[in-house]
Amino acid sequence: MPLTHYLLDSCCGIPPVFAQQASEGPNLITGITIFVLAIFVGFEIITKIPPTLHTPLMSGSNAISGITIVGALIAAGQGQSGMAALFGFVAVVMATVNVVGGFLVTNRMLEMFRKKKK
Amino acid sequence: MDLATKQNLINLAYVVAGVLFILGLKGLTHPRTAVRGNLLGAVGMLVAVLATMFHHEIGGTSGFLLIIIGIAVGAVIGAILAVKIEMTAMPQLVALFNGFGGGASVLVAWAELAKAISTGEPNGTTANTAIVASGLIGAVTFWGSLVAFGKLQELDFLRKPWQITGQSLMNAGLGILAILLGVAVVGMDGSGFMYLLLVIAASVLGISLVVPIGGADMPVVIALLNSYSGLAATATGFVIDNNVLIIAGSLVGASGLILTNIMCKAMNRSLTNVLFGVMQPGAETATADEVYEGKIKSTSADEVAMLYDSAERAVIVPGYGMAVAQAQHAVRDLTDQLESRGVEVEFAIHPVAGRMPGHMNVLLAEAEIAYEKLKEMDEINPTFAQTDVVLVIGANDVVNPMARTDPTSPIAGMPILNVTRPRQSWSSSGVLAPVLPASPTRCSPPTTA
Repeated sequence: MPLTHYLLDSCCGIPPVFAQQASEGPNLITGITIFVLAIFVGFEIITKIPPTLHTPLMSGSNAISGITIVGALIAAGQGQSGMAALFGFVAVVMATVNVVGGFLVTNRMLEMFRKKKK
Repeated sequence: MDLATKQNLINLAYVVAGVLFILGLKGLTHPRTAVRGNLLGAVGMLVAVLATMFHHEIGGTSGFLLIIIGIAVGAVIGAILAVKIEMTAMPQLVALFNGFGGGASVLVAWAELAKAISTGEPNGTTANTAIVASGLIGAVTFWGSLVAFGKLQELDFLRKPWQITGQSLMNAGLGILAILLGVAVVGMDGSGFMYLLLVIAASVLGISLVVPIGGADMPVVIALLNSYSGLAATATGFVIDNNVLIIAGSLVGASGLILTNIMCKAMNRSLTNVLFGVMQPGAETATADEVYEGKIKSTSADEVAMLYDSAERAVIVPGYGMAVAQAQHAVRDLTDQLESRGVEVEFAIHPVAGRMPGHMNVLLAEAEIAYEKLKEMDEINPTFAQTDVVLVIGANDVVNPMARTDPTSPIAGMPILNVTRPRQSWSSSGVLAPVLPASPTRCSPPTTA
């Protein structure tokens, strides 16, 4: 069996998307692996950020945590009626405020840091 | 293109987004590269959002319409807030954004739960556990951040820390209740009602955790809530089985934890002490008269000006008062004046000066003071002995020698700036009333800044 087929069929011949829904085990472990590794990457980078940039770091990382927008878009965009769509819609609004506002205000602050005194 | 290939491509786009987030944070390690770093982060977000639009579950006119309206409304609100906000009000804005991130996590998890209930296909134990975590962390973040926002904005009813007897006990009870409700959500294979109760319990907990915390401890609270908003995003990542949420959320979670730790160290307090400790008044309460007698002088602007004339090196210590008085531009004018007379001017920044990490640096950057002049505590402390004049502007605890001399002081053991070492110290706090109970500062009455 070619490798690609092997990879695609590794879970009882079901294509990966459906395989994910069928069995949660390996996905959970993958998720935890990514979680732990990302925490380490975060610690390594963020300890190197100078205190002078800590406020932009907070607002910038805050904007990044607005990544929840991905989940909000999926929840809002399913064309469903009722609770799921309503929650999804409000979540899209909140997450967008977080993302757009966060990156813009961080940019505003950082531009001030870059400005050289005349 | 079949479903699996499409999903794989979307996931690859998410990897790109994750890499851009990491590179973006890396850019923040230096002021010169920081603007580009922030831009990389924003591009990463754009990639993630665009990729998501191809998700197989998104479709139909009503779906896209909801998304477009939602994004438009959110973008307008976000942009207005970001452009209009005063730099001095940055802590409350960050608190507000934190809260929105947490709120979004609660709702995404809720939507996932509602979908499972309406389609009759349960999410399974793992997803339900993640839904519980999202709801719990997200609701605490949302309400905690709103209270923090209210305190920083100095809304009247939040101006004084609320102390209720047995608050720690109540918080512990609420925490246990929330966890039990979470177990019920998972045990009942996704009960919407139990989730609602869980969110309510977590909301009350969020409010009750932040309400008793005083303004001076806000840097810790904001940093911690920042971390929570990241962890809430991570939990949501487990709910919808999405790696980019896990990556981005973990980065933010780590960032918030590091900042929280730095802030706690700078106050010589443990996180538990900040969150649950009640500020006890010092054992012996010296009256202001006793403390200040013979140690301070009032002065006039002219006298201070003469003092600066003979100085070779001056250090300015800004604090929250500078933010309140919007004095950063006046400080810059003073700096220019001094430098034109050949005085070397540096700024001493205590890690917890202001209401959030790096608050002073942003204000001084707004006033176009070069970041090279801003020195951290460890760097500047040894130089105070060679400093002729120190000007303390609206700072109090961070220069309060009682942190060293009085073990009963609420700020005992907190590392401080050595402003009492140089020949002359001037404070323009305007008031002699200390920020914390029973911790009078040895400082002099108002001069001009």
